[in-house]
Amino acid sequence: MKNAMKNNDFSIGMILLKMRTIIALILLVIVFTVLLNTTRGINFLHPVNLMTIAKHVAITGIMAIGMTFVILTGGIDLSVGSIVGLCGMIAGGLINEGIVLNMFGGTLYLHVPLIILVCLVLGTAIGGVNGLLITRLNVAPFIGTLGMMYIARGFANIRSGGATFPNLQGKPELGNTGFPILGAGRFLGMPLSVWLMIILMLITIYVAKKTPFGRHIYAIGGNQRAAELSGIQVKKVTTLVYMFSGFTSALVGLIIASQLVAAHPATGESYEMNAIAAAVLGGTSLSGGIGSIGGTIIGAFVIGVLSDGLVMLGVSEFWQNVIKGLVILAAVILDQTQQRINARSSETRDKKQRKMAKST
Amino acid sequence: MVMPMSDQVILRAENIRKVYPGTTALKGVDFNVYEGKVNVLVGENGAGKSTLMKILSGVETPTSGKFYLRDEELTHLTPKTATQKGIGIIYQELSLFPNLNVAENIFMNKELLKNKGWIDHKTQEQKAKELLRKLEQDINPRSKVSSLKVGQQQIVEIARALAEDINILIMDEPTSALSKTEVEILFKIIDELKSNGVSIIYISHRLEELIQIGDYITVLRDGELITEKPMSDVNLQWIISSMVGGEASKIFHSGKRTIGDVVLEVKDLFFHGPAEEPLLKSISFDVRKGEVLGIYGLLGAGRTETLESIMGLHTDARGEIYLENELLGEPDIKSRIRKGIALVPEDRQREGIVQTMSVSHNLTLPGLWRIVKQKIHISGSNESSCVNETISSMSIKTSNSENSIMSLSGGNQQKVVFGKSLLTQPKVLLLDEPTRGIDVGAKGEIFNIMNNLAQEGLAIIMVTSELKELLAICDRVIVLSKGKITGNFGKEEITEENIVNASTIGHMTTAQRFGGRDR
Repeated sequence: MKNAMKNNDFSIGMILLKMRTIIALILLVIVFTVLLNTTRGINFLHPVNLMTIAKHVAITGIMAIGMTFVILTGGIDLSVGSIVGLCGMIAGGLINEGIVLNMFGGTLYLHVPLIILVCLVLGTAIGGVNGLLITRLNVAPFIGTLGMMYIARGFANIRSGGATFPNLQGKPELGNTGFPILGAGRFLGMPLSVWLMIILMLITIYVAKKTPFGRHIYAIGGNQRAAELSGIQVKKVTTLVYMFSGFTSALVGLIIASQLVAAHPATGESYEMNAIAAAVLGGTSLSGGIGSIGGTIIGAFVIGVLSDGLVMLGVSEFWQNVIKGLVILAAVILDQTQQRINARSSETRDKKQRKMAKST
Repeated sequence: MVMPMSDQVILRAENIRKVYPGTTALKGVDFNVYEGKVNVLVGENGAGKSTLMKILSGVETPTSGKFYLRDEELTHLTPKTATQKGIGIIYQELSLFPNLNVAENIFMNKELLKNKGWIDHKTQEQKAKELLRKLEQDINPRSKVSSLKVGQQQIVEIARALAEDINILIMDEPTSALSKTEVEILFKIIDELKSNGVSIIYISHRLEELIQIGDYITVLRDGELITEKPMSDVNLQWIISSMVGGEASKIFHSGKRTIGDVVLEVKDLFFHGPAEEPLLKSISFDVRKGEVLGIYGLLGAGRTETLESIMGLHTDARGEIYLENELLGEPDIKSRIRKGIALVPEDRQREGIVQTMSVSHNLTLPGLWRIVKQKIHISGSNESSCVNETISSMSIKTSNSENSIMSLSGGNQQKVVFGKSLLTQPKVLLLDEPTRGIDVGAKGEIFNIMNNLAQEGLAIIMVTSELKELLAICDRVIVLSKGKITGNFGKEEITEENIVNASTIGHMTTAQRFGGRDR
């Protein structure tokens, strides 16, 4: 039983290493609280401030949830930022311009819930096209979604000729008011977007941990061939995962357009990188099979706290990028270290077991 | 061992040991290479041939042991220094770069340079052409390797070894991908090399070839040296019996089985595959409840493809498959698993386990549908009871089922793959080389498990290249050769000779040629 003791000693270090993202988050919060308090007299932990940060985190977090599933299958989705832009533009267009029906000589204005539904379906469908490209036409995920990134961004600009759709309040006489509620509304004092992130997080954690679908996602990323031979419908599961990623991006596009009460075709540019960074910071392995939704959400908080804290400290945007980059690199290097230690400890454990087996 | 021969030993290995995690590949092997001769090395899969060759070519470092080139001891051998000492190797798996052209492959890492560092493509291509002409092959040195046929690729591999000044050439299964005429050419090349004083180490499973081409034969079994003899003293039967060993049937004792009704019937299975010739041509057989059916065949006979087609992996395979008299529909792995077919695949690492998952998640992966509630919820208690039951019934050695699958030894990983197939509660269990790469102890356990399953009424189909396994555990053996069934032997007819003879039907040309010499 001495062995068991030793293993326990060993694993305290491992637990610290495993919880590094949350430790980093706590450290960041402490550092910003102290620095902002002493240098500028700002209370970083003020509820209003925390709420603002949470709103920013929700944007990255919701997309990162979809991205995490994609990365877990061993893929990547570069089109999410463009889907954000396109879905915002479609929503803006539907509110401000409606659908021009030439044959009846009139214009059809949809109710806001229907507009939201249309955009969510559109985002999901674009994700579906990504999935089909990857699973049926054997396009590499990086290339397939890169193509889709350009296409979706192109259509976002085409929709308005590059212009912004402003004033998305809607008109009572057209019956399409209420769109800004999604961005500005609150429930129990918390913005709706944060609630949406929490709800999505809870659902996806359940899916990842407790459903065959979630298990299949992990298996595909870990060893696609073995997953296939275990009867997993690899193509179907992979396509669904890209559809879900498209869905979360569409949701983010709607939230942003609603928050700004305007839709701009360049919205969401480089958001895919934030989503990937959040997933990676949260311990998701880009080679697939390893990672968790909880980790990703913590990763999204690290990115959110870091950028908002740096802004409040008055650090220039250029230096913000440098610091973000360093944090991501540090996370990945730590991740590699953990995997090496894991491999080594399982090797030694194996040797011990064999020795014990031999001596008995 | 004293050899009554005047031939000089050029390379001598003494007491070589190689230990891998989970298994000992070589247990103190001595090996002599005679100068200017073809030194044949035989043994079953896992006997340690390839490992020994990897050590001689500097790819692997032995755990202990010494080797001498003439009288110089070789230490810290790397592939680069081995080449400098004149040891060349042609690997079993092709190790070419498919994205580069023939000349670039031949001169990889020994590029001919001009003007301080620029590759002299012209001279390289010219020399490549000369080498290929020597091999009687009209291959354009500028063609991409990926555009060549497998046989031609093998020739390029040989040319690559010959591009160096070599004293010793190791050929690990050089003919497995070659056609008859290509084999003829290879043998001519070997004769030529011999007359130039090159010593050859030759590994092959095609026993009749060995007798034709070999001068000395060394037999390895389970990582140990069994014997070394001049080829003129031995015949085919001797080789097989020394490879297999006498004690085989004692180790695995098959109990009494009651064989019942037909569970699985395969009719006219046809599968073309990527090669020129179809891989399976009209295969028909059946297997009964409680029966262990063995499938034997040489490399490329279509064994794995047969199992994969039954499993539904090849969507373009044709033929009818009946499970308990019900015709199975379109090939689809998921539905076939649910109907009661399970496969333990050949390559555990590539096809069997998901490396990133725990032992328990690996075990339940194909049978998740059995433990879910309301179709979507994985019940934790159902899962852990399934997992614990399997771990104890298969005696999988792990301290915690939540440990990574990679923390287990090869044999225990294989038991997990077995366990995960069994958790789908199959009616037919397909086993593809179930004992590959695991040590003897674990092999015994796997056979006990198979035995118990058969006694419980499961129908088992086992593909193996190890004759002694067929002899020990099978009730019936069918032999495949070039995609056709060439033998079907009941319990009393299962003999090494029957099986080996049937497996070479279609390969007979080389065997016939030496016909007079092997007895």
